[in-house]
Amino acid sequence: MVRSGIIPGMANLTRADVEHVAFLARLGLTEDELARLEGQLNHILDQYAILATLDTEHIPPTAQTIEVANILREDAVRPSLTVDEALSNAPERSESGHFVVPAILGGEGGA
Amino acid sequence: MTSAPAAAGTGALARYEAVIGIEIHCQLKTASKMFCACDTQIEGAEPNSHCCPVCLGLPGTLPTINKSAVEWVIATGFAIDGEVATTTRWDRKNYFYPDIPKGYQISQYQLPLVANGKLTFDTSEGPFTVRVRRAHLEEDTGRLIHEDRDGRRVSLARRSLIDFDRSGMPLMEIVTEPDIRTAEQARRYAEELRLLMRTIGASDAEMENGQMRVEANVSIRPIGREAFGTRVEVKNMNSMRAVERAIAFEIERQAELIDGGGAVHMETRGWDDPSQSTYHMRPKEEENDYRYFPEPDLPPLTTTPEWLAAIKARLPELPAVRRTRYQTEFGLSGYDASVLVNDLASTALFEGALAAGEGVPAKLLANWVTGEYMRLVKGEESGGSADPVQLAALVKLVADGAISGTNAKEVFAEHFATGRVVAAIVEARGFRQISDAGALGTAVDEVLAANPAAVADYRAGKGAAVGFLVGQVMKATRGQANAAMVQTALRERLAKTE
Ligand SMILES: [Zn+2]
Repeated sequence: MVRSGIIPGMANLTRADVEHVAFLARLGLTEDELARLEGQLNHILDQYAILATLDTEHIPPTAQTIEVANILREDAVRPSLTVDEALSNAPERSESGHFVVPAILGGEGGA
Repeated sequence: MTSAPAAAGTGALARYEAVIGIEIHCQLKTASKMFCACDTQIEGAEPNSHCCPVCLGLPGTLPTINKSAVEWVIATGFAIDGEVATTTRWDRKNYFYPDIPKGYQISQYQLPLVANGKLTFDTSEGPFTVRVRRAHLEEDTGRLIHEDRDGRRVSLARRSLIDFDRSGMPLMEIVTEPDIRTAEQARRYAEELRLLMRTIGASDAEMENGQMRVEANVSIRPIGREAFGTRVEVKNMNSMRAVERAIAFEIERQAELIDGGGAVHMETRGWDDPSQSTYHMRPKEEENDYRYFPEPDLPPLTTTPEWLAAIKARLPELPAVRRTRYQTEFGLSGYDASVLVNDLASTALFEGALAAGEGVPAKLLANWVTGEYMRLVKGEESGGSADPVQLAALVKLVADGAISGTNAKEVFAEHFATGRVVAAIVEARGFRQISDAGALGTAVDEVLAANPAAVADYRAGKGAAVGFLVGQVMKATRGQANAAMVQTALRERLAKTE
């Protein structure tokens, strides 16, 4: 569902939208932070509203500013990092050689 | 927990129609990962031993697209009669979970590589076609292990362990339209797709080790109603049998819920094999919650007609085409053709034996593969194998009448178990059939002389006595006589001396 418009004239982000976005980002925010972010996020959307007044009808959507395409890699294996190197930035590592993170509740990821 | 449905799906389907769509993820058979050059041989490897800065999602790294992975999806597109995109693009699917180190998964949202395909397969109610909405490329996630205080692995954990070896493995997602109406159709679709993946070589598609993951979106609606019901996503189905049972269970569960005045909630449920039921995993996230946007780190990809033609030209004969050919070219029944084609090892044995043994009748060969070979493979002492050249040699002996059918089965069983060549087994066991008229004639004469009662019976009109006499000759020759020739010789002699 589209919660709020970045289109001029449409309603701005509500407190509920901010709470939802915070939930998706897995951020626990205080009342003060929610209020402050509601203002800041709406300020950002206001900037988009200004951009949205431009006539872009004849400009194709673009996600890239460099004009390259079709960059493919041949399917060849190169060495990986060692386990120690891979784990060198881990907040904590287990005896079994895993990254350790705080318990995750509520099942598996979204993929 | 809801009680298990009495008979799979039969109760609910009298009142409701099920609407089922299937999403299948297949790990593609490439040497290196999707966006980095790490080795994909991660099965059984030490945790985090197949990782690099790219697949660990370290800042400042950039992905590069594996050409083979793209080609496998395009090949799949052709195999399902789909449209292959001339321009495709990558998108970020954003969510926060520790199995995805970047905080997003690189996937394809708006412009998938393949759209609008279809797959036709047999069911107990006849052929059925499912439309495939899309097939796209993405990267796999890391593997999580949840541990409790004592280091036991559980779902409600004290800490979670991450192995990023699977992170960045190339994954193809294939999504159907909601065309499927029964649990059986769903299983058959998944089986046919698995066969297709293995036939074209895109994936080994083993469900047991997660190379192929099947998810189903299941909803029900009263028969005759157009509008869809609320759908539930079912995951964790680790075998084809589980796919069928989980969907049948879910249809019953939803029907019971609605009949009892309740409502189906949009959620993700997991299949639990021990209890043969589904359980709540989590509420389903809305598509918008993933905040897809174009991946700025990867350029778009255009597919040239020459490239596509080359990929298409490499496709082997597809299962559906092969089934038809076996029927028209070799006169096999539809059933036999399916049995042969649905199992790649059987197909290879059949094709190999055909190529090896000149003049071996294809139909007889097919009977040996679908009969004796499959019986041995499924038997308790499987683990053996059959060599196509040896099978061809054996079937040739049978076709030429040089060995009896019964003895041939023994020879084949020994070959299957030990790998010994057929000629050596036949020789060692003295199985070479006596087709020499002179030698047979002597044996027949001896048997006639020794069994005057049976001879008298035959002459008194008891034709069945011939069977007894044939048996005596076979016994006298230790099974090596050509039974058809014995029969003829007996009848000739009995008629003559009357
Ligand atoms: Zn890597």
